[in-house]
Amino acid sequence: MEIYELTVHELLEKLDKKEITKKQILDSYASRISEKEKDVQAFITITDDNLEEKLNNVSSNPSKFAGLPIGIKDNICTKGVKTTCASKMLENFVSPYDATVMEKINAEGLISLGKLNMDEFAMGGSTEHSYFKKTRNPWNLNKVPGGSSGGSAAAVASGMVPWALGSDTGGSIREPASFCGIVGLKPTYGLVSRYGLVAFASSLDQIGTLTKDVEDTAILLNIIAGHDSKDTTSINHEKEDYTLALKDDVKGLKIGVPIEYFGEGIDKEVREAINKVIEKYKELGATVEECSLNVAEYALATYYIIACAEASSNLGRFDGIRYGYRSKNYENLKDIYKNSRSEGFGSEVKRRIILGTYVLSSGYYDAYYKKAQQVRTLVKKEFAKNFEKYDVILAPTAPNVAFDIGSKIDNPLQMYLSDICTVPVNIAGLPGINVPCGLNNEGMPIGFQLIGKPFDESTIIRAAYTYEKNTNFRKNKPEFKK
Amino acid sequence: MLRDNYEVVIGLEVHAELSTKTKIFCSCPTEFGGEPNTHCCPICMALPGTLPVLNEKVVEYAVKAGLAMNCEIEKNSKNDRKNYFYPDLPKAYQISQYDRPLCKCGKITIDDGLGEQKVIRITRIHIEEDAGKLNHDDFGGGSLVDLNRAGVPLIEIVSEPDIRSSKEAENYLRKVKSILEYIEVSDCKMQEGSLRADVNVSVRKKGDTKLGTRTEMKNMNSFHSIVRGIEYEIDRQIDVLEAGGKVEQETLRWDDVSGRTFSMRDKEDAQDYRYFPDPDLVAIHLSDEYIENVKKTLPELPESRKVRYLDEYKLTEREAKLLTASKYLSDLFEQTVSKCGNPKAVCNWILSDISRILNEEEKEPNEIPFNSDELSELITLIDKGTISSAIAKKVLEELFKDPKAPSKIIEEKGWVQISDEGAIKEIVLEILANNPQSIQDYKGGKDRALGFLVGQAMKQSKGKANPQMLNKMFIEEMNKM
Repeated sequence: MEIYELTVHELLEKLDKKEITKKQILDSYASRISEKEKDVQAFITITDDNLEEKLNNVSSNPSKFAGLPIGIKDNICTKGVKTTCASKMLENFVSPYDATVMEKINAEGLISLGKLNMDEFAMGGSTEHSYFKKTRNPWNLNKVPGGSSGGSAAAVASGMVPWALGSDTGGSIREPASFCGIVGLKPTYGLVSRYGLVAFASSLDQIGTLTKDVEDTAILLNIIAGHDSKDTTSINHEKEDYTLALKDDVKGLKIGVPIEYFGEGIDKEVREAINKVIEKYKELGATVEECSLNVAEYALATYYIIACAEASSNLGRFDGIRYGYRSKNYENLKDIYKNSRSEGFGSEVKRRIILGTYVLSSGYYDAYYKKAQQVRTLVKKEFAKNFEKYDVILAPTAPNVAFDIGSKIDNPLQMYLSDICTVPVNIAGLPGINVPCGLNNEGMPIGFQLIGKPFDESTIIRAAYTYEKNTNFRKNKPEFKK
Repeated sequence: MLRDNYEVVIGLEVHAELSTKTKIFCSCPTEFGGEPNTHCCPICMALPGTLPVLNEKVVEYAVKAGLAMNCEIEKNSKNDRKNYFYPDLPKAYQISQYDRPLCKCGKITIDDGLGEQKVIRITRIHIEEDAGKLNHDDFGGGSLVDLNRAGVPLIEIVSEPDIRSSKEAENYLRKVKSILEYIEVSDCKMQEGSLRADVNVSVRKKGDTKLGTRTEMKNMNSFHSIVRGIEYEIDRQIDVLEAGGKVEQETLRWDDVSGRTFSMRDKEDAQDYRYFPDPDLVAIHLSDEYIENVKKTLPELPESRKVRYLDEYKLTEREAKLLTASKYLSDLFEQTVSKCGNPKAVCNWILSDISRILNEEEKEPNEIPFNSDELSELITLIDKGTISSAIAKKVLEELFKDPKAPSKIIEEKGWVQISDEGAIKEIVLEILANNPQSIQDYKGGKDRALGFLVGQAMKQSKGKANPQMLNKMFIEEMNKM
């Protein structure tokens, strides 16, 4: 096996046995980037220069991860390296500070190979809404990688980075992980600091992991989780070691499968794959039962109201005054605002700002935003009710596999429907993990998600790990079909 | 008079900068001044990805203000975003409070200017962040943004429309200022903009139950301009109504130079601020215990201090009221009395000469350059007869110019009182020799003649002669004649 095909825990084992060196690891990834990036287009900024010097700089760091590579989604602020959010608005923006997760990553001596492509400001499910480029799905270069963390998912799946950070507001880690056949975890809201994550929807955004397997997820989560006094929505939760959850054992685990997730919008092959997953869990000793999440059908509408409302306010600061894009075409203050924002934002971002502005307007607030918050409470309650009976909830991650580039770009509603399985988890603030569970007849990956109780990442990691250990789907390799 | 047919209705929104050391959502200093954009960080500059963290002191100070103004404290409060675009507002929203302010339903008692006490209700007090500042001048047509002030904590104190005259408005603001100074949550420096008010004015025909249309004058930052502005608006609105017109609801800017208001925006331009709860900040939950603990830190407020002064220092009602209106003067009074006794004299010096000089120099009490050490020494020197009150007044002028120990000033200026009997006698005899008419007058029963002679002697001695001794000696000498 090539070095770039290994997981991080496999790299660590080989390093331990002195079979490889950190220099070889970095070189392997750098040459993989130079080989595959022209096809995959996963990076906005590549930082694989001076690797020897960078390795030298962390030589005194005692962490076992010091010198290992990682990729970072381009909405996480990195001091001294551009953070563009895939937007013309921030095309040349360099943050003067590191996000809290970057401080943690840097403290371990991990070396970032670059900033990864995404939908502009994380708005989208295909990474087609990037101002810079369209990232390709490594399994089939004509398909989307999913989004918004499409660059992160594609880079991990194609072996250009061993693991990556992404962010998930409505499915932005789990859906691309599903489309690219890798593992993606959205932690419980509040487990990982949002300080330095450029906000899309503050009450939903959460930084998470994209990895080749579940073990790497546990390892990376150990690095990034933890209370941060700079983010008051981060929870002061006792620090856990998620690798302790890596046990091949689901005997007696109670799994609920909500019938609402198998409605008519769900692709037949996806449905069949999930049914096989259910059989597998039963075979491994878990009890699997149908359950109900009545309000799930309202979750998508609720999500788009809350997310757009918050986005309309969060993106106000991109006004052309202090940093970012400023139109050259202005005669007065109003022009600066209007033209900078009209020219600097892409159409999807503008659509959501307009929608969000509308739902917060006086006279409409009660009918939309307030109502959405009420439904949000109901969604939380209904999950809580199910968690009285079940340890985890199992559902498809996406209603379909990766679709053709360009096929949904002109139909926003169709695009929004891709989020139908993932958004309820964000609305309720729960942890969710995508696990690959096969390929469809076109050879495109299918994934399922496990949803856990708040801060019970350990149980979904154990369930995901057990499934992975007892199946072979992780061994499938992308073919870069043209 | 036309005005007699109308009733004036006024409400004030007072903004006070809190004197916390750091800003409301980051750890930048709140200090006034400083080179532009030196008191700011990624958070108060609203760089992408930054998050606010609420300064707990701000909550404490606001609760303190609420308790001092007899408010109910909201135990489940929250922060909301007020969205609008302006270059001095870096996030394009101000973090404020919308429907759950920290304090509500308060009241304070003011003097109505006609000798009666009047209760003004407080609708609410909420916390919010200040905006930055635009520098429009000196930059060749452009404007530059200074974010030093962005994120400085404010409380907004909103009154009910209970105020009925410009005098009441002034007294209300003075009372609010005095309370905030007493509880030490704001330095209330109006000239630096740390205390400013939006003034809502409307008029209605006497007897009408419906309120007239109001106008709002923004950012008024002196008592003088508030009074002038209100008087101007009352006249303007009555003129409009008497001419058969309608008062337009609009936001105005008072211009102190031209003495008139200008329209900033009318109702049509009214902004929709799209308030919603800030998802970056957790709700504010206050326990009964917390509120009790803040209550315990409340110092003695003007009202109770006034009552104590009547009893403890035997001051008159008027003296006690004037002294306690300013925490600074009141503290100076108590500290000085503790060092030299004689409360009546200390009170007189503060309320007459010191207040006069402050008035003349347009200074606030906290700008007095000396403290109770100097003032108590000055009064002790008079009590001991070392200097006369006339000299003491001169020493006080010196203290304002160049504060140092009064004994040192007297020594340097050679102002020690002449209390030597021989020297006094010399002066008395000389004056008597020069004023035979006065001696006759005195003997003829005109007491005023004695005053004249003493005055002449004081003049001759450049104020240094001991007036009591002069008095005594003139009588003695004239009785001998």
